[in-house]
Amino acid sequence: MIAFLVKRLFHALLVMFVISIIAFAIQDNLGDPIQQMVGQSVPESERAELREELGLNDPFLVQYARFAVNAAQFDFGYSYVFNQPTTEVIARHLPATLELVAAATFLIITLSVPIGVYSAIKPRAWLSRFFMGVSIVGISIPVFLTAIMLIQLFAIGVSWTPFPVDTAWGSWLNGVISTEGGMPAYGRGDPVPVFGTWETNFASLEGLTYLVLPAVSLASIMLPLFIRLIRAEMLEVMQSDYVKFARAKGISMRRIYFLHALKNTMLPVITVGGVQIGTLVAYTILTETVFQWPGMGLMFLDAIERSDIPLIVTYLMIVGLIFVITNTIVDLIYGLVNPTIKLTGKPA
Amino acid sequence: MALLEVTNLDVRFGLRQGEVRALRDVNFTLERSERLGIVGESGAGKSVAAFSLLNLIAKPGFIAGGSINFEGKTLNTMSERGLRKVRGNRISMIFQDPMMTLNPVLSIGEQMVECLKAHRRISGKEARAICLDKLRQVQIPSPETRLDQYPHELSGGMRQRVIIAIALLLDPDIIIADEPTTALDVTIQAEIMALLLELCEQHNVGLILITHDLGVVSQVTQRMLVMYAGRVIEQGPTREIINDPQHPYTQGLINALPQMATPGEKLNQIRGSMPSLSNLPSGCAFHPRCNFINRADGKPRPACTEQVPGFVESGNCRVACHMVAEMIEDRRLKEETS
Repeated sequence: MIAFLVKRLFHALLVMFVISIIAFAIQDNLGDPIQQMVGQSVPESERAELREELGLNDPFLVQYARFAVNAAQFDFGYSYVFNQPTTEVIARHLPATLELVAAATFLIITLSVPIGVYSAIKPRAWLSRFFMGVSIVGISIPVFLTAIMLIQLFAIGVSWTPFPVDTAWGSWLNGVISTEGGMPAYGRGDPVPVFGTWETNFASLEGLTYLVLPAVSLASIMLPLFIRLIRAEMLEVMQSDYVKFARAKGISMRRIYFLHALKNTMLPVITVGGVQIGTLVAYTILTETVFQWPGMGLMFLDAIERSDIPLIVTYLMIVGLIFVITNTIVDLIYGLVNPTIKLTGKPA
Repeated sequence: MALLEVTNLDVRFGLRQGEVRALRDVNFTLERSERLGIVGESGAGKSVAAFSLLNLIAKPGFIAGGSINFEGKTLNTMSERGLRKVRGNRISMIFQDPMMTLNPVLSIGEQMVECLKAHRRISGKEARAICLDKLRQVQIPSPETRLDQYPHELSGGMRQRVIIAIALLLDPDIIIADEPTTALDVTIQAEIMALLLELCEQHNVGLILITHDLGVVSQVTQRMLVMYAGRVIEQGPTREIINDPQHPYTQGLINALPQMATPGEKLNQIRGSMPSLSNLPSGCAFHPRCNFINRADGKPRPACTEQVPGFVESGNCRVACHMVAEMIEDRRLKEETS
């Protein structure tokens, strides 16, 4: 276990090193930060002075070495725009993104497992077919479109539906789907401070309502994927000899489904899930833009627009770190579920 | 009354291109602690027969007719709940491939204890004691450590021993063993078979042994069925069938044994292969491969290609073959005239 963690730590450092090089290498192509920092009226001599002061004229390797030494001490420099350490800027935006990802992950896990299992156990039931159909649609619609549709339906409300109002079924359907709108779809509302810069949306009912639409649209890409993955794996596992043998032993179907089959189904799902949760962090850029959710994604777009290179680099490093951490956690969980994996540092 | 009585068992698969009859007219009985062998090529319906006894055939297969009587209860019409009380308890199964039969993510102990707990109200401690006892009976070394191990930590032979131990856990009346040694190393095969035989004798357990191996059938079983294309074509006491096979197919199978070949020459074989169940030949399903389709005068027997043969009694055996029926009829006529 310890050996495993040490080995993973080494991997993580290697990954972070590569990310840092890539992140740092793109800085030359992202425009002139000086222009963003100072106004039009500042003369060229002062700009050159500032450029020299910030070390922007040094060779690439010198700049990178300076960056790497500082980064190792968790100092990524000052944001040109905010005039604050970038870590502070990130720390201000990180909780919002993490909470959004957590809410979306929660939705994905709590919905995909029961739906996936159900549609594998009863593949011919109309509800299963319905889930499969919806999931295909869900996979095909890009997240920003889902987000905009959700805003239209639940935040703004709809005044027109395709169902005729003058028929009984039409007005019933209209009653079901038409909403007055009113769901919050802009920003985080008033999150409750927990400690430091961490403010949470989970502490109040009002905060939670702000989370609903962004979390649903963020989950909308991954959820169908997971439903289909769990269903496919479960169908395959149900054909296996050990499931047949469990039936021949007289074990109840419930135990077979939820112990024998589900445990085996989850192995590949956990592997894929680890990668996908990292990807969710990246997808927050789209979701946060549509909902103006004040998280890292929105901050990142802003930073690109203003050529705030230190902030961009910090963002890339932090997201890389999140990837590495989630993958390590997933590997640990996988090792706990799968007895054929031993968590040693040695290669198998 | 026999312990297990199967009458006119008819199993079909509802496929898109129509129903396929996987089993038809299967009739046999099994007495208490009797051992019955079922032999035949791959695709003859042996495994379907085994799985249908406990109504475990996977969809789209289903039992379309006939009855399976066990201790006076009809298994094929029983509810799933009722069947569950029989499965693993009164009738248990041993599967072909021990590498696939045990769940890879559950420990040996979990997989044994859950079987006991499914059928008996029993404490975890008592269950563990029974499991240890059974593991000792199947001669597994250091059973205490095995209980906490996972299947991947055991060899194929060891896993099959564990599976035999699970099959014996609740002291069943019948064990259905579907090619229990096929997937094992040859050196282990004899060991496992001997162990299974010994334990069945010791505990008075009936055995339905499905196998390709006529040698094993002749050593282990008292009666046997020979299956071809979903039908039983010959059945009776094992010794009589092995010594004096009536059906051309059975003759061919016994002839194909390596012991029957002349040294230096090619092994005997039955030409052709098992027909697909969805496209059976007319008449006797075996006729395209049969060496005796022609009569003594060199002309083909029309019945063989036109009519599905019924059963005739020959000694203690029942055979489904037109030629055998004709021979018996001839003998009867000769006896009458003399």
